[in-house]
Amino acid sequence: MTTATKSASRKLTTARAMAEATAQEMRIDPRVFVMGEDVGPLGGVFGNTRGLFDEFGAERVRDTPISETAFIGAAVGAASDGMRPIVELMFVDFFGVCMDAIYNLMAKNTYFSGGKVPVPMVLMTSTGGGYSDAGQHSQCLYGTFAHLPGMKVVVPSNAFDAKGLMTAAIRDDNPVVFMYHKALQGMGWLGTEKGATVAVPEEAYTVEIGKAAVTREGQDLTLVSLGAGVHHCLRAAQALEEEGFSAEVIDLRSLVPLDRDTVRESVAKTGRLIVVDEDYHSYGVSGEIIASVAEHPGCRLRAAPKRVAYPDIPIPFAPTMEQWALPNADKIVAAFHQMLTDN
Amino acid sequence: MQPTAEQRRWMYRHMVLSRYLEERIEALYMEGKTPVFNMAKGPIPGEMHLSNGQEPCAVGVCAHLTADDIVTATHRPHHIAVAKGVDLDAMVAEIFGKATGLAGGRGGHMHLFDGAVNFSCSGIIGEGLGPAVGAALSRQMQGKPGVAVAFIGEGAANQGAFHEALNLAAVWQLPVVFVIEDNAWGISVAKQASTAVPRNATRADAYGMPGHHVADNDVEGVYAAAGEAIARAREGLGPSLIEIETVRLAGHFMGDGEDYRPEGEKAGLTDPLPRYRAALLAAGVLDEAGDAALVAEAHERVEAAIRFAQQSDFLPPEAALETVFV
Repeated sequence: MTTATKSASRKLTTARAMAEATAQEMRIDPRVFVMGEDVGPLGGVFGNTRGLFDEFGAERVRDTPISETAFIGAAVGAASDGMRPIVELMFVDFFGVCMDAIYNLMAKNTYFSGGKVPVPMVLMTSTGGGYSDAGQHSQCLYGTFAHLPGMKVVVPSNAFDAKGLMTAAIRDDNPVVFMYHKALQGMGWLGTEKGATVAVPEEAYTVEIGKAAVTREGQDLTLVSLGAGVHHCLRAAQALEEEGFSAEVIDLRSLVPLDRDTVRESVAKTGRLIVVDEDYHSYGVSGEIIASVAEHPGCRLRAAPKRVAYPDIPIPFAPTMEQWALPNADKIVAAFHQMLTDN
Repeated sequence: MQPTAEQRRWMYRHMVLSRYLEERIEALYMEGKTPVFNMAKGPIPGEMHLSNGQEPCAVGVCAHLTADDIVTATHRPHHIAVAKGVDLDAMVAEIFGKATGLAGGRGGHMHLFDGAVNFSCSGIIGEGLGPAVGAALSRQMQGKPGVAVAFIGEGAANQGAFHEALNLAAVWQLPVVFVIEDNAWGISVAKQASTAVPRNATRADAYGMPGHHVADNDVEGVYAAAGEAIARAREGLGPSLIEIETVRLAGHFMGDGEDYRPEGEKAGLTDPLPRYRAALLAAGVLDEAGDAALVAEAHERVEAAIRFAQQSDFLPPEAALETVFV
């Protein structure tokens, strides 16, 4: 009991939570290994493989050449031959050089084998900007990956979920894309979101893939988001509370499968919906969530839904421009005010 | 490295089996597609890439492999699947899109997966390379025997995937063999118009691995090169590259008018099947009666697979929703 209390109060960054989940699975399952660029002695550019090389060595924690097509394709082949690879695409923006291995092989081999040749692997990749890295190193691309069938897609917003989702992803017999937002990693140089560093149990546990979390309960408005956007929503909810409004915050946690029920139940209660997404405005997560609510026969919206998303522009370098474009709590509050005015 | 008499007959038998399968598929494919060619019509709709002429590549390599070894093949996969021992009934049923097919009809002829013999193929040029490297890595890490062979066409040697995969395999000294079936044409573009070097085998030098070149679609030349490369891989000495000059006796796909081929070029191609038959007869490895029996047996095997496919049902359409995940 004392140990449990102690472990429950131990806070970890998302990066350390990911590394801990990976290490725990590697200890119990010799099939699990990690490969990617700079995942070895460096411990990952974003810290999420730190300590693994020292514990497991170069055989199971493999630095690769800068050859994403080859090593992600190799992960597919290894997964179908009895291994459980965790492979890292350093920045999700780099998907352009290797998408074929991801969506034509990783995502389709299970289906094209009638389920007989599964591909149990994790593709972890960093998302998000906010630190002036411009449009080839700052995108989220949640919608891009979630749109293509055959891959589960998870997006944790905090260290607890990151550990549980990583453990679940490694144990899953399907390919799972694990999209972690850089601002949540606990790397100081990326503008760390403090709310992401939370208590994380020391023992291994899973967070169910496909189950959203109601992070904050409320009656007047439903805010739906994922990853770093959840923290913007929580700040907005706090601000709205001071105005006398009660906002419910839903953290999707998983895009595939998507927990539409939790969103619909919340909107059925509040009647108002704002979706917050750091990914592009059009054809993405925000549109999908709004459609999922609107097309349901039980839909009872009291106001037209809104979205606070990244504009349909490449991500600019200048801090003034990038920060202007990014979602934040003020924009969410303003969207809610507009919603009341529109009505 | 010389094949035994038994291995020669094995290679010949699988060439016959593959060729007859292709001839029957060709005939069945054209059902419903005349007088107007519509790819969506007939008992076998969709693209169809026949392997006639390329059989030496498949049999010369697969003669050295067991079911436990891994093969990734291309969009033109039938000869390799036959030589690798893919379940012929389930393969033909898959080509027909039937419930009894390898994937219940979800994959079709370009996406054949038979886990029992570790065979897979992909419709995307060069994309079997990464998975072959990964399967080889899996065997190396698990300390299990087995080599992986990635078959590609000569066009794929100009893909980034080729260079990435060869480099990665060499860096990690993996038990993998890369086999280029050089049929001289990437759909309509001739090799010399697309490839900066006369021989792709020389590209092995760039990755510190042996490169073999097999001229003239020579069955036993393939056998010798593959034997050396696969033995090397089994001994843990790393990857090799084999380039085979082969011939595409059919078009890129069924319905290809092949107007791009220079006049007389196709007529000048040598069919490797009668040539190998003659060689085996001359060597006394095969006699006329033995050949007739072997051919009859192969034909009956193919006919049985076709009957199996034709008599099988389709899955209900809504089964399309299944097996996205396991």
